[in-house]
Amino acid sequence: MKIQRKIAYEEDLDSTFLEEIIRTSGCTDIDGCLQCGTCSSSCPMSAYMDFSPRKIIGMIKSGFKDEVLKSFTIWLCPSCYTCQVRCPARIKITDIMYALKRKAIEEKVYPSRFSIPILDREMSRLIAKHGRNSELKLILRLYLKSLNPLGLLKMAPLGLKLMRTGRMSLRQESIKNKKQLSALMNSAKESHP
Amino acid sequence: MSGYVYYPGCSMKGNARHYEESILPLFKEIGLPLTELEDWNCCGATAYFSVDETMAASICGRNLSLAEQLGKDIIAPCAGCFLTLKKSNAFLAGGEPKAARILEHLKAAGCEYHGTVTVQHPLQVLSRDIPPETITAKIKRPLSGLRVACYYGCQLVRPFTDVDDPDYPMMLDVLMGLAGATVTNFEAKTRCCGGSLTGTIEEVGLRLNYILLKEAKRKGADCVVTICPLCQFNLEVTQGKIARKYHEDVAMPILYFSQLLGLAMGIPKEDLGFSRSIVPLGGVWARMANGGKR
Repeated sequence: MKIQRKIAYEEDLDSTFLEEIIRTSGCTDIDGCLQCGTCSSSCPMSAYMDFSPRKIIGMIKSGFKDEVLKSFTIWLCPSCYTCQVRCPARIKITDIMYALKRKAIEEKVYPSRFSIPILDREMSRLIAKHGRNSELKLILRLYLKSLNPLGLLKMAPLGLKLMRTGRMSLRQESIKNKKQLSALMNSAKESHP
Repeated sequence: MSGYVYYPGCSMKGNARHYEESILPLFKEIGLPLTELEDWNCCGATAYFSVDETMAASICGRNLSLAEQLGKDIIAPCAGCFLTLKKSNAFLAGGEPKAARILEHLKAAGCEYHGTVTVQHPLQVLSRDIPPETITAKIKRPLSGLRVACYYGCQLVRPFTDVDDPDYPMMLDVLMGLAGATVTNFEAKTRCCGGSLTGTIEEVGLRLNYILLKEAKRKGADCVVTICPLCQFNLEVTQGKIARKYHEDVAMPILYFSQLLGLAMGIPKEDLGFSRSIVPLGGVWARMANGGKR
């Protein structure tokens, strides 16, 4: 049996992580977390998370950068903001989850072929290209790039129902002034810190 | 700003076509006809803010600028668009260096923005700008006997709490009451439907929607009334799989508030997109036909 240390020591942690997340999330109150657990008990997704929201906040404060950024928790947050409006320390927990998702993408440490970041990425690509989203294209890309493409077969009955009720658009909508949108996006891209 | 311009967002042109089909005649009926914001772009939803904050706020800034050029405030019926635009609006007005840079990019791209637009959900406009007497006076066909569960979801009432109570809002309940419906005490009214998780992790989507549908059933609702395309979609399309997985009948019509309010105001049923419901609506019509006897 290989003996491994199960507890992190200070030198394993990243002492700059808290500062970084305060800066990127714009939430200066993280340090005021009481560890009361109101967030975790309010969260509709806690039951599915590897670390509860309370733990994530505690881990940010202690510098568990790797563990936090690689967690499923940050991707499972559905942006319902229940924790955020209930937090007695006024910590903007949902906004922190967004900052963590962006950080995980930036450092390329999110779980591979995991559907949620792929959906986010594919949707932003569609918007960047056309200015509008296409529900059909998005779902096709999601299945091809993350979920099992065969799963699309199981989606067929739903597709038919949507088609029958005229709720599935086969057309990719586009904006007219794409030039303006891409000029805007290019300058936004260049100004990245 | 005086008057409103309508920001549809992508869903209203896709699966939530019947939301658009009912909100437009409804607003015409109450004397606030809506015109669509010319050349609007997608708000980016929760997806873009998960990938790139600067980009997400920039593309929202373009929509805000287009409305500002018209001198109008935005009405966004999709709760996702509503929040994304409102949040970006607050971010751009926040005075942070990041925001100041985005405002400069907007200017350089020919869509300068000065922060004068407000973003509203149609429900807010109906509850706040239109006196209840005016609504009541317009009710020609009260929804007598129809028991409704009013579902607000998340993004209309959170994180901004100026719209209504973030846990137990009442604005939709009040409106449905004015329309003559019997409003149930739907305690899950702001519990999450899973949003896009229904598409990405099925198990999660089914569980969250099961909880909502079960609560609506428990309260004896004839239908759930929604204010957001994603909520409507999730609650409707998961029903078959939920029934199979949990061995329970959760069949429940999921309607838009604008469909029912429009109907009560005497707009013909055929003009409110009811035919786009996947769940059969026979029960709803029967209930109203016999005045709610059960």
